[in-house]
Amino acid sequence: MAVFVGMFLSLLMRIHLVAPTAALPLLGDIKPEMYLTLVTMHGTIMVFFVLTTAPQGGFGNYFLPIQIGAPDMAFPVLNMLSFWTTFLGFIVMIAAFFVAGGAPLHGWTGYAPLSAMQSTGPGEGLGADLWIISIAIFCIGALMGALNFITTTLDMRAKGMTMMRMPLTVWAWFVTAILGLLAFGVLLSAGILLLMDRNLGTSFFVPLVTINGQLTGHRGGSPLLWQHLFWFFGHPEVYIAILPAMGMCSQLLSVFSRKPIFGYKAMVYAILAIGFLGFMVWGHHMFMSGMSPYTAFAFSIMTMGIGVPSAIKTFNWLGTLMRGRIRFTSPMLFAIGFVSLFVSGGISGPFLAQPVLDIQLHDTYFVPAHFHLIMGVASIFGIFAATYYWFPKMFGRMMNESMARWHFWFSFIGTYAIFMPMHYLGMAGMPRRYSQLTEVTYLHGLVPLQKFITYAAFVTIAGQLIFLVNLFWSMFKGKRASDNPWEATTLEWTTATPPPHDNFGGHTPVVHNGPYEYSVPGAPRDYVMQSDPEIEPAH
Amino acid sequence: MATFSTTAVEDPRISLGDHDILPPIRGGGGDDGSGPGLPDYATRLRRARLGLLVALTPVLMLFVSFTSAYVVRQGLPTLDPRTNALVRDWIPVTLPKLLLINTGVLILSSVFMELARWQIKRQATLASATSTPGVSAGDRIKIPWLFLTMALGLAFLFGQWTAWRQLAANGFYVATTPSSSFVYLLTGTHAVHLMGGVLALLVAGIASLLRRSLATRSIVVDVTAWYWHFMAALWIYILCLLEFAS
Repeated sequence: MAVFVGMFLSLLMRIHLVAPTAALPLLGDIKPEMYLTLVTMHGTIMVFFVLTTAPQGGFGNYFLPIQIGAPDMAFPVLNMLSFWTTFLGFIVMIAAFFVAGGAPLHGWTGYAPLSAMQSTGPGEGLGADLWIISIAIFCIGALMGALNFITTTLDMRAKGMTMMRMPLTVWAWFVTAILGLLAFGVLLSAGILLLMDRNLGTSFFVPLVTINGQLTGHRGGSPLLWQHLFWFFGHPEVYIAILPAMGMCSQLLSVFSRKPIFGYKAMVYAILAIGFLGFMVWGHHMFMSGMSPYTAFAFSIMTMGIGVPSAIKTFNWLGTLMRGRIRFTSPMLFAIGFVSLFVSGGISGPFLAQPVLDIQLHDTYFVPAHFHLIMGVASIFGIFAATYYWFPKMFGRMMNESMARWHFWFSFIGTYAIFMPMHYLGMAGMPRRYSQLTEVTYLHGLVPLQKFITYAAFVTIAGQLIFLVNLFWSMFKGKRASDNPWEATTLEWTTATPPPHDNFGGHTPVVHNGPYEYSVPGAPRDYVMQSDPEIEPAH
Repeated sequence: MATFSTTAVEDPRISLGDHDILPPIRGGGGDDGSGPGLPDYATRLRRARLGLLVALTPVLMLFVSFTSAYVVRQGLPTLDPRTNALVRDWIPVTLPKLLLINTGVLILSSVFMELARWQIKRQATLASATSTPGVSAGDRIKIPWLFLTMALGLAFLFGQWTAWRQLAANGFYVATTPSSSFVYLLTGTHAVHLMGGVLALLVAGIASLLRRSLATRSIVVDVTAWYWHFMAALWIYILCLLEFAS
């Protein structure tokens, strides 16, 4: 539901950008402040309730225990609480649309002092309070989930499932949970301080300011303090969104190349390195804040350092594909699509990691183009790949392959059609966050490109209907799936389809092999399951 | 001589490399340890302790974050609109002496909590022995340590509330000065977390009334005890921060 709300808001923005005077049915004119509300709520819903929730809370909760041979998560009741808390957070967020003044307009980053006072604009009253409360509720739900993931992974692995025999999906979920555990507490603290500034008159984030010539009661606070606290959470959040997709992609490239993953240990250490470095680079979001050039230099170097483990992962994905007997199934197409988007979106990262370039590009469309490709759509491709891959295990039926391929090509071409031109818009100087730029003379030449992006967005989103139809059609009419239709090796494919309540029907699996034993010389078939009798290492 | 042990056997499960020590076979079941596939007591205790350890991490991060905000805010100058000069608006708050008494109460409650943990641990240990015909655990008077801990916890919370009122009476409200904002913020957040501990004690008491298994009660008390000690240590840290770092 969250993803459709988020997509709908993005469509409204795209329409307004190319036809700012158009009156929309039910909504009427989109005024500049409403445009900012759309930006805020689209970003917030997509980041928190889609990219953070679906890959970790959705697939992780279902498949992490099965992949490590456990009957359930360590604390099932807490797990349920985590789900309902997150749902409550979403309801509170949506409620912000319907209160007096509407939803807030301070952006998903909630920069103070705009977000820290009630009178800074429409939506900054009760709507903004609900926004903060929703994020706080979400943090609590996410922390309960992270607690469960970490305890389950450390304490409930089946006999023989050593850490270095865990599938890379499990490693990704595990490290993501650690990131969440360390990051969400900080966001929660920032939210509490913000609520106090807004409602109790404190001055943590608000300096001496005047509104309409009148001094407010605040003084001495620091907007930069908010930015530091927010981005200390915000940058790890990028990896919270994308690490599960990385794990998923690693899994699928091995399964459908019929080859062991290239450099398993390097992949594990790269995940750990990305997680660790993710906490060291928050300042690169703040180059515009006037920080000392020496500090900026340190953040810049650390940021470019993340390129190393990222490059290791990309190299290993390509190494896995090389000379593989590739099966171009729909999950594999989305996994390859993920690699493509990760490279295309990632390559602009080192541009923005350099303060000199970032100051030029920061407030342009270059930045949304970058983060949508790498954090947004790449992660969504991971979610699609996971859906096509695990659907047979969840529902006992295969998804329709033809529809899946149409869906892939619509999504893949559509994504590039939307976000590659956006890079050019940014480099040409098109500023972001403005609602109405069609009448600005120096940007006239870029209007056709904006229109092209809007058309591409419509076509791409229409393509998602194919997925929806396929999803529901396949649940009831799809071809019956065997217990292991992809001939994969991990433990979820050893149990019945769909898995019984305790995952393994009273049987406790024992693990003898690694997770990616494909094309093993001398083996009776081209894959050896993790629970099969032990084999000699093939590499 | 036979020895009784109710603690988990040391199990170095977490290691990297191809020659890891294998994890033991685990069971299943719900949070309350009910249902089929119930893991043994040691496994449940170890899992609950691990869960608590993980759960304390974000609490720690919350207060680390507040501390960082405290240090940053303390050093910030602000513009005085009358003189147009940069001034400092950090006015140190004189903390009520009552906070020292509250600290003593909390430390004492932590001692009582530990005694409650030992008490139930002893009960669990003796339970299997006394089930043998002819073996008796003796007629020792049972002091309600758990109840006493809860009473002291509530006394601490009441004391904190009274300290807030004293602060207000001295003219220090939440928004009076940034230092008073932090006093209310840190003491309030700590109090909310301690209320969680009181609730957990209540759960342990209710579990006792509901005749839940001794093992389940023992685990609840054990985990709550560690949480309670953490809260006591955290309070001492907060008090030192407010007293010595302002």
